[in-house]
Amino acid sequence: MIRFEKRLSPSRATTIITPIIAVILTMIAGGIMFALLGKPPLEAIRIIFWDPLFDPTFASYSRPQLLVKAGPLILIAIGLSIGFKAGIWNIGAEGQYIMGAIFGAAAALAFFPAESALIFPLMVISGALGGWLWAMIPAILRAKFKTNEILVSLMLVYVAESILASVAQGLLKNPDGYGFPGSRNLQQYPSAFNAEVIANSGMHWGVISAFMAVIFTYVMMTRHIRGFEVRLLGEAPKAAQFAGVSTTRLTIFCLGFSGALAGLAGMFEVSGPAGQITIDFNSGYGFTAIIVAFLGRLHPVGILMAGLLMALTYIGGELAQLMLGLPGASIQLFQGMLLLFLLATDVFTNYRIRIGVAH
Amino acid sequence: MDLLGINPVLLIASLMVSATPILLAAIGETVVEKSGVLNLGVEGMMIVGAVVGFITAVNTASPVLGFITAAVAGALLSVIFATLVLYLKSNQVATGLGLTLVGLGISALLGKPYEGIKSPTLQSFEIPVLSDIPVIGPMLFSHDPMVYVSVIIVALVWYTLTHTRIGLILRAVGENHDAAHALGYKVLRIRFMAIMFGGACSGLGGAYISLARVPQWTEGMTAGAGWIALAIVVFSSWKPWRTLIGAYLFGGITVLQLNLQAAGVDIPVEYLSMSPFVITIVVLVIISAKGNHGAPASLGRLFHASN
Repeated sequence: MIRFEKRLSPSRATTIITPIIAVILTMIAGGIMFALLGKPPLEAIRIIFWDPLFDPTFASYSRPQLLVKAGPLILIAIGLSIGFKAGIWNIGAEGQYIMGAIFGAAAALAFFPAESALIFPLMVISGALGGWLWAMIPAILRAKFKTNEILVSLMLVYVAESILASVAQGLLKNPDGYGFPGSRNLQQYPSAFNAEVIANSGMHWGVISAFMAVIFTYVMMTRHIRGFEVRLLGEAPKAAQFAGVSTTRLTIFCLGFSGALAGLAGMFEVSGPAGQITIDFNSGYGFTAIIVAFLGRLHPVGILMAGLLMALTYIGGELAQLMLGLPGASIQLFQGMLLLFLLATDVFTNYRIRIGVAH
Repeated sequence: MDLLGINPVLLIASLMVSATPILLAAIGETVVEKSGVLNLGVEGMMIVGAVVGFITAVNTASPVLGFITAAVAGALLSVIFATLVLYLKSNQVATGLGLTLVGLGISALLGKPYEGIKSPTLQSFEIPVLSDIPVIGPMLFSHDPMVYVSVIIVALVWYTLTHTRIGLILRAVGENHDAAHALGYKVLRIRFMAIMFGGACSGLGGAYISLARVPQWTEGMTAGAGWIALAIVVFSSWKPWRTLIGAYLFGGITVLQLNLQAAGVDIPVEYLSMSPFVITIVVLVIISAKGNHGAPASLGRLFHASN
């Protein structure tokens, strides 16, 4: 008989090993899926995980893309991880990302065509503010009325998508756009353009912010009282209460922090790689970031690596679509499977497997 | 603008149609949550039910077979969730979310070749005598059979939960799993069955969208219905009959906003289409502001029988 025996504290070794096992299991399951779709499994795996980085023809294009895709994923996931640690579930980062982009773009377009070095910093602040405000809705409802933040934050994604469709066709529509929906292209507006800091590296300000967020969060979680409170609330809510940790304040902090970071990610995306507000501007980063947060074990450094890996599956997936005609949805499925495998293998972190009869 | 063109009989009749998928998913999730498990994968199970039901119905020309396979597909998908959450002790919120992501991926993959095809739909079933009543007849008693099936499922769930031994055990497991375990009930097995029931209901609900409400397949066609269903469970305070009220209210809002769009009301389409979500949030706030409202005490808590 197989039994699970609870470990007194999570095993450190398995914490590091399980994500790797989950990735390998996903590759195997993914390979089976590719085979069922009639595609060569090993070649598909190689194209997804190896070719974007090392293939002589593609690498020069794909390598910078790695940072472009990883930047927003890491930025959002870092914010989410804090809340997840405290047991506060913001699953509407996608909506906060959209609002950040709208606020950021609106700040830029308000000054178009004036040129000033102050415009970009203003956009950064507006973007963070947009995401923060959108996250404040579930935060305040949770704090004041105990309304379920999972459902509210998620519902607000649909509301944000409607607002996006509305502003793309109305408020922020390009007046010189011949009636097509979509805002002016910020890439052609020098003061607002989030250009690459180092040419051909993919390193734009959003990526730099993501790295800064990693460092900031690491310090906060390990050295600052706020980080301690977050962990305390997540691991021992009763103890947190006795220690005088204010749940209300922490709820507002966690949701606000993740909302602001998601908003920043949206703002850097719209002013850089995407260039403009369009009806379907958002591409699911807010949801994929949830996988990134878990894959990175809610740890800043882990999230950094998980974000890069997940970015790789995006780029590799596009490459596989091109080379093998692999359906785009199979990559989405691949990412979802990764999360489930990760959660499945997680049991070894918190439990010891015992074989034999209980005594 | 032509508000008078909105026919109240048709409005109520289409309200029932638009509420049915959410009702099916919500009543299934009510049972799952009553057993103490929160499955956020409703959206994923619905969309897989939608695509599997559609594919079966198109290939066999039988919508009934479509609904059956959709229920089986939803239940099978929920087995993944049940295994992870119950036996591998994974986090319920994250696992449910993962299930939704996987479900969306599977459905997009399976449904690709079926885009743009129309599916065979259910014949509407006029209940004898009752459907002949003027006004009320066409409003309530001239629907396709699934509308009635969904109401019957609600009645059965209500009866089982409140009047039978198995319902009592299920509620005990949801209220206090340690006590239920001490009494010798198989907590995990009961939850497993509840989760599968929820999966089957979600699958049915999804299939209703692709086979009856829209009759075709488009990627991501459930468009948040699963999340609304989860909100309705909270709205109904985990009471079966109230899910009926919740789902029909929500169906009413959806139909009304569609009718207003068609009537050319001077409100931008985007604001009308976000209204169901905004109203759901408002309702959630009102319900939660009233305080303790009957959530199962063990909801979302991990159960580990330590000898």
